[in-house]
Amino acid sequence: MANNNKEVTPVQQEYQKFQEERETKRPVLTNCIKAFFVGGFICLVGQLISFMYINYFDFTEKNVGNPTVATLIFISMLLTGFGVYDRMAQFGGAGTAVPVTGFGNSVISAAIEHRTEGFVLGVGSNMFKLAGSVILFGVFSAFVIAILKTLIIQYGGF
Amino acid sequence: MLNGHRTWVFENKPVIISTGTVGGPFEANGRIADDFDLLHEDLWLGQDSYEQAQTVLFEESCDTAIEKAGLRKEDIQFILAGDLINQITSTSFACRTLEAPYLGLFGACSTSMEGLALGALIVNGKGAKYLLTGTASHNAAVEKQFRYPTEYGGQKPPTAQWTVTGAGSALLSDKGKGPRVTSATIGKVVDMGLSDPFNMGGAMAPAAVDTIEAHLKDRGIESSYYDLIVTGDLGKIGHHIALDLMNKHGLSLKKGQFQDCGKMIYREGQPVLAGASGCGCSATVVYGHLLNRMKKGEFKKMLVVATGALLSPLTFQQQETIPCIAHAVSIEYGGEE
Repeated sequence: MANNNKEVTPVQQEYQKFQEERETKRPVLTNCIKAFFVGGFICLVGQLISFMYINYFDFTEKNVGNPTVATLIFISMLLTGFGVYDRMAQFGGAGTAVPVTGFGNSVISAAIEHRTEGFVLGVGSNMFKLAGSVILFGVFSAFVIAILKTLIIQYGGF
Repeated sequence: MLNGHRTWVFENKPVIISTGTVGGPFEANGRIADDFDLLHEDLWLGQDSYEQAQTVLFEESCDTAIEKAGLRKEDIQFILAGDLINQITSTSFACRTLEAPYLGLFGACSTSMEGLALGALIVNGKGAKYLLTGTASHNAAVEKQFRYPTEYGGQKPPTAQWTVTGAGSALLSDKGKGPRVTSATIGKVVDMGLSDPFNMGGAMAPAAVDTIEAHLKDRGIESSYYDLIVTGDLGKIGHHIALDLMNKHGLSLKKGQFQDCGKMIYREGQPVLAGASGCGCSATVVYGHLLNRMKKGEFKKMLVVATGALLSPLTFQQQETIPCIAHAVSIEYGGEE
């Protein structure tokens, strides 16, 4: 991968081309297909969990989201702890990263990793090392979109 | 002594009188498991953290080397060693128990040959009678330092490599029986502007080629002088690139003459993508597998080129490119005793 931030000398440029020709590329298409099915399977599991909550507990289609997500994250936590999730992810790629289970995995794996540094300096401060930016920018973009929506509804004449 | 620009030729030919290699569970499943002196079933090695486990790995490899030579800890005059974890603490902590004068080295994955080259220089110049050099890496500790948490589900590209859990040490002496260190070439920092930390092989290959070519030129020998030229941890991608690069520069190599430690340690089917890497890779393969083969008489002259990527997690986040280095040491066995 070329670095575009700095001036590249002709020798470097020549080598980068040389090495790129010999580098094994990510199998993008196969990865996409795998991600599609793995991600789809996780969503299917989620759907089944929702049905379970609706049919056997007092949940409606509207409020079944929260317990479903919590259950999925709990499963993802177990899989991470037993060292299975990272192997699934090597196969599934974005299929395991994009659903909420991937988010859970990023928090839990960091928490496990830094357990040796104690609960405060280790787990507490490192738990959101990977997920932190998702939370920050997720909340911020939700805020911006909410303001836009309000403005458009108020003054857009809809 | 100094031959050419950056090659030392050791006229007293320091001897590697013994070595110690220790590996983890993943290595125990590998191709060269029989060449390890000690293998661990438990990735934690009974310690509270992976960093401590790495310390134990290194301690054990040193103890094994000392024991195999029939010496005691007090006989060791100097230790030259290093590793990849925060300010080389694992190695320094291990040297706390060894109680010998110690110089810490950092050359990333090239530390094994950096130590051997400097050690041979000291022994050759009568600076020591018994000198210990080695390095260690622990997969989980190094991944934690340089990449993501071990259990994090991030898909690695096919160019990524697997850090070896293992340690290798060599005991050098001015006399005795064993393979002899005949020369060493110190590498220059080479940066080809690559910045992908998941493609170390591609970044390090030019450094390896640079050092090999400088070594041959400084010593005034042909590549055919060596039965085996082996790089540290280029992996499949880097090895392929280095070979093509040397062919492009007109350096002819026989089939099988140019190999890579990163491709030797694991079996086909182990999920290591492009191969092995880490300080422990070249240290365990050279001090274990390759020296054993040498002693069996499979080959006589070998040039070990340990490659290292001199990046830190910080420089990578700041979008710096990856500077790389390679140190070469020639080891010969047989002929004269």
